Amino acid sequence: MTDLTKLTIAEARDAMRKGDTTSAEITQACLTAIEGAGALGAFVHHTPEIATEQAAVADARIKTGDAPDMCGIPLGIKDLFCTKGVPSQAASGILEGFKPEYESTVTSQLFDAGAVMLGKLNMDEFAMGSSNETSVYGNAVNPWRRGNDDAALTPGGSSGGSASAVAADLCLAATGTDTGGSIRQPAAFVGITGLKPTYGRVSRWGIVAFASSLDQAGPMTKDVRDSAIMLQTMCGHDPKDSTSADLAVPDFEAALTGDIKGKTIGIPKEYRMDGMPEEIEKLWSDGTAMLKDAGAVIKDISLPHTQYALPAYYVIAPAEASSNLARYDGVRFGHRAKLAQGDGITEMYEKTRAEGFGPEVQRRVMIGTYVLSAGFYDAYYNRARRVRTLIKQDFETVFADGVDGILTPATPSAAFGLGEMTDADPIQMYLNDVFTVTVNLAGLPGISVPAGLDKQGLPLGLQLIGRPWEEADLLNVAYTLEGAAGFVAKPTKWW
Amino acid sequence: MSIDTETARRVAKLARIKVEDDQLPALAGEFSAILDFIEQLNEVDVEGVEPMTSVTPQRLKRRDDVVTDGDQQAAVLKNAPDAREGFFAVPKVVE
Repeated sequence: MTDLTKLTIAEARDAMRKGDTTSAEITQACLTAIEGAGALGAFVHHTPEIATEQAAVADARIKTGDAPDMCGIPLGIKDLFCTKGVPSQAASGILEGFKPEYESTVTSQLFDAGAVMLGKLNMDEFAMGSSNETSVYGNAVNPWRRGNDDAALTPGGSSGGSASAVAADLCLAATGTDTGGSIRQPAAFVGITGLKPTYGRVSRWGIVAFASSLDQAGPMTKDVRDSAIMLQTMCGHDPKDSTSADLAVPDFEAALTGDIKGKTIGIPKEYRMDGMPEEIEKLWSDGTAMLKDAGAVIKDISLPHTQYALPAYYVIAPAEASSNLARYDGVRFGHRAKLAQGDGITEMYEKTRAEGFGPEVQRRVMIGTYVLSAGFYDAYYNRARRVRTLIKQDFETVFADGVDGILTPATPSAAFGLGEMTDADPIQMYLNDVFTVTVNLAGLPGISVPAGLDKQGLPLGLQLIGRPWEEADLLNVAYTLEGAAGFVAKPTKWW
Repeated sequence: MSIDTETARRVAKLARIKVEDDQLPALAGEFSAILDFIEQLNEVDVEGVEPMTSVTPQRLKRRDDVVTDGDQQAAVLKNAPDAREGFFAVPKVVE
């Protein structure tokens, strides 16, 4: 077998079970690929010793004939996940040197199933960003380029390292997290599949918190089947996360029948934005036609509060972040500023946080502090939470009217150049999440599927949104769309 | 909504983030731009709408009130910037 790094999870699983290859071989191929891919800035902490050891254990387990689906599969892990004894910094200077004494529930479940950790992946600091440019490690870079132009493009964010690593075949799949679009937007920017599950489907325990009512972890994979397989292992009830749902987990891979006859797919008119590039408009209508050809009933729908999702998000997410990030005080873990003669504990807090947090994180913590402060709590925070209720009701109404899934573009543009947004005001960057953020506010499952290339040769994605807890159905619609779109393009290696 | 330098200073103080005086005007400008964007929410009629407390209609799970863990002092202190004699150490708090 050549090019073991290009295997999907399903292909690798089947090949290992047949004895055609081993986890040790695939893992070594990935480690070699990572060695040669420093220019992508995807892997920020390398764990070859752990990977080699886990692969050996996985191979022994596969030989017994009783190995789970993820056994022996080499993965990259977003730096937001706490991994025992391995740096877990959320790409922030304030967690420099932090090595957790515990393992997140998601990574525990993956490793218990025999998955292999190649290392930790780059991301925006505390998952706040849409371009991976706020990372303390420096930028992650998109393996795709515009034609022959060698300008470096963003892999999106916040799960930019995960996106870059999967698209460049440095690992078979990666974990991501999504608070406003941080799995789906980068997946779309690099031509891979990214799934944000229903809020509560995957345990948040041991994942560095950004906005707890919105955060949800999910798989970033080479195709829809792999997302189904990986989600199966990541999800399930966890007593350590009180918002984790105690619901039965269906067999997601078995749900991939490709039969969506009679399913009703909604096309929301509010997602047709002014100034939307024609290519995205076309991609969306092509995708609609593909689902129709597959037997789905297409229905025009309205989600009237869509335009208020981003402003509501930029109250709620910073408010929760200001509270969650209060723990970074220089006392229990991470960075502590050097103090001057006579400095007390307040100076220690203020200097530590000024040195440890980057500009975007500082901005959001302060905005959150402001909207929660006395006199503004009702006007901003409570109003945003009321609007959030209305946004969720929009979805409930269309689902009650018989809509099974909703098709939208994943992003308002293809990947942009690193540094291109530096001079823009922060709002311009926030607009990247305009199609994805509603899904977090409503707690729904959403998946980004690569569906085509723009005229510069960059991948574009479509997003499907499902009913709560119906990831199995959602994955099946995504699987059907994937089959019809037939996206097989890969970036040309330059790194 | 326009945020003045004094408000920016107060917010930075509340957030316990040191911001130098010469940075405050720029920060106030950024806050103003973001708050202007957020002001759109005032267009929405929220009369009689409950603020969302939980996105999924479920009661938080409870567990038995029993000790499930403990005796982890070394692990708890392992990542502390300054730990002494089994405690986190900080600058003097009480005069």
